[in-house]
Amino acid sequence: CSNEHKLNFRKSKEACLSYIQDALLQKQWKRAAEFLTCYVESLEKDYSREHIGPSEMIWRIGSEILWHHSQSSMKEFNCFMEQMKTLGVKRYLKVCLEHAFHLLCNGQIDEAYQHLSLAESWRFGEQTAIQDKEMKLIQAYRGLLDYCSWSKQKNILLEHGEDGFSDLAVEQEMHGYFRKAAVNLKEIIKIPGVWDIFVKCYVDLLEFYGDHNEARQVLNEYAYNSKFPANPNAHVYLYQFLKRQGESKKSLISALKILHDIVPSHELMIDFNTMLQKSKKRKKRQLGLEVIFAALDYAGWKENAKAWSCLARQVKQTVISEKHLDWIKQEWNSRKDWWPAFHFSRYLAKRNWQENKSLSYEKALVAGILLGKDCKYFKYVSHQGCKAQLKRFRMLKKFVNRHNAVCLRISG
Amino acid sequence: RDFNERCAQCSEVNWGLTDGGRYYCRSCHNVTERTREVVNTDFMTNSRVQTISKGLKQQEKNDGGCEWYICEGFQLVLKKQVEALEALGVCPQMKDEILCNFWRCYLQKSKQAYCKRPAGETVKTLSVCESSTDVDSDPERPSLLHLLSLSESEGDLQTDCSFASSVSKVSESTSVYSGSVDGSLYLVENQKEKLRMTMPMTLSFCYMALLWVREPITLSELLRFVVEGHIPYLNVFQHFPEKMKLCGLDLKIFCVESWPVYEEVFNKMHELAAFLDLPRFPDITESCFLHPDMLCMKYLMEANLPDELHNWTCRVVKKIGIGEVDFLTLTPGNKSTRKVKYDVLAAAVIVVVLKLLFLLDDHYEWLLSEFAEERNKNNTEVCTFYSGGPYFEFKKWYEVVKHSLDLEQKKLDEERAKYLWRCEKPLFYSVKNKSKVLKRRQMVMNLQNQFGKLSGSVQRAEKPNPSSFQLSWSEEKTNGSCFHGHSLKGVLQAKRGLLTAMNPDYWLCTVKLCNENLCGHLAHYREVEFPQSYHFVLGLFSFLLRIQPSYIHDEVCMIEHKLFDKKLCKKLKYNTVLRK
Repeated sequence: CSNEHKLNFRKSKEACLSYIQDALLQKQWKRAAEFLTCYVESLEKDYSREHIGPSEMIWRIGSEILWHHSQSSMKEFNCFMEQMKTLGVKRYLKVCLEHAFHLLCNGQIDEAYQHLSLAESWRFGEQTAIQDKEMKLIQAYRGLLDYCSWSKQKNILLEHGEDGFSDLAVEQEMHGYFRKAAVNLKEIIKIPGVWDIFVKCYVDLLEFYGDHNEARQVLNEYAYNSKFPANPNAHVYLYQFLKRQGESKKSLISALKILHDIVPSHELMIDFNTMLQKSKKRKKRQLGLEVIFAALDYAGWKENAKAWSCLARQVKQTVISEKHLDWIKQEWNSRKDWWPAFHFSRYLAKRNWQENKSLSYEKALVAGILLGKDCKYFKYVSHQGCKAQLKRFRMLKKFVNRHNAVCLRISG
Repeated sequence: RDFNERCAQCSEVNWGLTDGGRYYCRSCHNVTERTREVVNTDFMTNSRVQTISKGLKQQEKNDGGCEWYICEGFQLVLKKQVEALEALGVCPQMKDEILCNFWRCYLQKSKQAYCKRPAGETVKTLSVCESSTDVDSDPERPSLLHLLSLSESEGDLQTDCSFASSVSKVSESTSVYSGSVDGSLYLVENQKEKLRMTMPMTLSFCYMALLWVREPITLSELLRFVVEGHIPYLNVFQHFPEKMKLCGLDLKIFCVESWPVYEEVFNKMHELAAFLDLPRFPDITESCFLHPDMLCMKYLMEANLPDELHNWTCRVVKKIGIGEVDFLTLTPGNKSTRKVKYDVLAAAVIVVVLKLLFLLDDHYEWLLSEFAEERNKNNTEVCTFYSGGPYFEFKKWYEVVKHSLDLEQKKLDEERAKYLWRCEKPLFYSVKNKSKVLKRRQMVMNLQNQFGKLSGSVQRAEKPNPSSFQLSWSEEKTNGSCFHGHSLKGVLQAKRGLLTAMNPDYWLCTVKLCNENLCGHLAHYREVEFPQSYHFVLGLFSFLLRIQPSYIHDEVCMIEHKLFDKKLCKKLKYNTVLRK
């Protein structure tokens, strides 16, 4: 620690904060509390020029400690948060929101709802306008909780429906929640931002009540409005919606296209590839190849048998038809330096064979075509497969041998 | 104010007071012979202080407050401080005779020059000003006492405050005021001559008195006692009587938010001594605690170094003449002699002695240590008993002391981080923010309560008893962690009947000393440029004295230059090692 001799209030409190920080990082809640006790007198000093003042520090640090400390109760936590709300009017709504989050984490949904409603009714001169964003968030989360209630009612209704009961009261309640939720959720998603959960819930509501147009519009906005931050989930939601609606392959493909651009390793790439492979358009099929190769570039896909089977199928087709070999060549060009070590090492051959025969089959097929029949992977797996007298492996061996010339042209 | 007679000249009843304490008529400036004495036994200890009447409309004092002046406040502070010193065992004359007289002298000297002279405003009542009859006035120096009725527009507090605020950059100019009568004036830019009173200066007063009485408390100890809370400093104003309301600008004067710095208190003390025209202080002789021989003994003990080193410190002290009465005794106003920091000086002597014997170049001292270790292994216990203790091993000493030092430093750092600055008595800048302040205070207390409970069984340690020694080493412990009785045999040799150091070399901290007046230091210490052992030793004393290592380094340079004066006259290359 520093040998600082000119000690003053400010330096002393700075040092205090760094001790608190250390304690928090090491989860020493008692020690953090000890130092925080010494820090709180900073509140009496003017820190208006600092970026983060003591009141904010105390709020954040205090909530952490109270949340984790073994001797602290929810009651104490609530009491503390109420105090924090009075500390800084500029932060009032933020504190309310975080308080509500904590209550939700603690499973106190009703209390959270009450707090959010209370916060919603807060007015404070020009601060109300300044804290508009926080207000919208509060309303949005309350809307979310309304959605949860709606969902509960809906389930009850469905249960009763099965039993043959119709419950008007429940239905009314349900509609009530829907209205409350819809109003708030609609508002928040207008503002550019990442609102996955709000969008999902809102769309769910709309779909239930049959307002598919509105749902589609919302999802389109969310996915395509450039003001909104790039968000892969937006495209996923849109795609799933379109699928539910039974839209054409064309619109489904266009929905997934951007997803491929943003997140080439997304799990929907399999669906994407499957659709593209079957397309009549040449460009689409080529894209399909691109997509599946790109996905398999990622370590997380190494053992995805389905993905390999997609690639295998497409590559096999191409070899049989001998058309568009240049597509494979193009994809393989940038990968031939590292895919062999990445996917087709001897070690992996052994492991894949031991752990997942289907996986090794698909991979062997791809390896055999891309690298030729003499490549380590293919040799090992096909040998093992033949030894084990598995038919498909025998077929595989034959196939690759038969088309070896073509394979060589690819690996060229 | 209490004077209701009609003026002889103009028949008005509009009186003010000159600084001479005489009533004068504000309408026609006729001065009477009537004087006014303030005898206010509540605060003053029988001193006759000439008050300056402001003639201002005071803030409504219906809250039970009274009028009080800043210097009264400081007087109270000093009283508390000296009482605390008494409780620590300082002789009672210090309070009743020494400090009291110093303070009175100060009041006289400064009142003469105590004034407010705003730029640009004509000095209206200058002609009426008369210097205080108690003190000789310098005819050259214009009668400076400027009556505050200069703000003739009823002298309302508003104008004063807005003036003060424009100078002292206080934001809420309209509501700023002070509980004291002259708080706002106090913060106005004063000239150097006046030596305006500040909180650190109260400690300068204390130190000056201690020095006069030659008490065995060094300045570093005094400051340490302040930090440890044995001497009132921080929040001392909470002991002011109820009637003395503290608010507004008073806070700037009495509320400190930093610990006093050695240099500041030290320099101010000397300024003060000169300002008060004090004569030569009582002699610091060899039997005084502040004499380097005595202090060296103390510090050697505290640093866990062998007692034998004391011979060496005495030799160095004698050789360079820093044990002479004339060198050590303070003569205020004498600019030619270097002001002596007794504690730093003693520490520096020890450092120099260590350099003489161990070289401290990160090599030689460890070599010597190995040598000593060997000797110690071969000796039996009986041998060591008879030949005066085991050989002193630098390595062992380093390990033991470093360990303790690190522990203590860690404790100190934590204490500093946990320090509570606020006091029970809440302070308000102005009536406007009183309620806000009280609310905050309540919140702080609630939070302290809440989190205090979660701190576990950690009790806030009771204030430790004031102790002169921060590190103590016991010879009773058999683990060999006390080095007082160890022998320097391993590093000494007999030469022509005298014991000299085996180490033939010495390196100077700096070849050329800086001009202290120009750059404030004799040398500029940078850790990376010096051996680690040297840095460690500086660090040890830096901790004990609670000052920056560079101050000790300065004194070391000074001592070295005195010691090797002749050799330095022959121009040597920078950082050449000297043959002794």
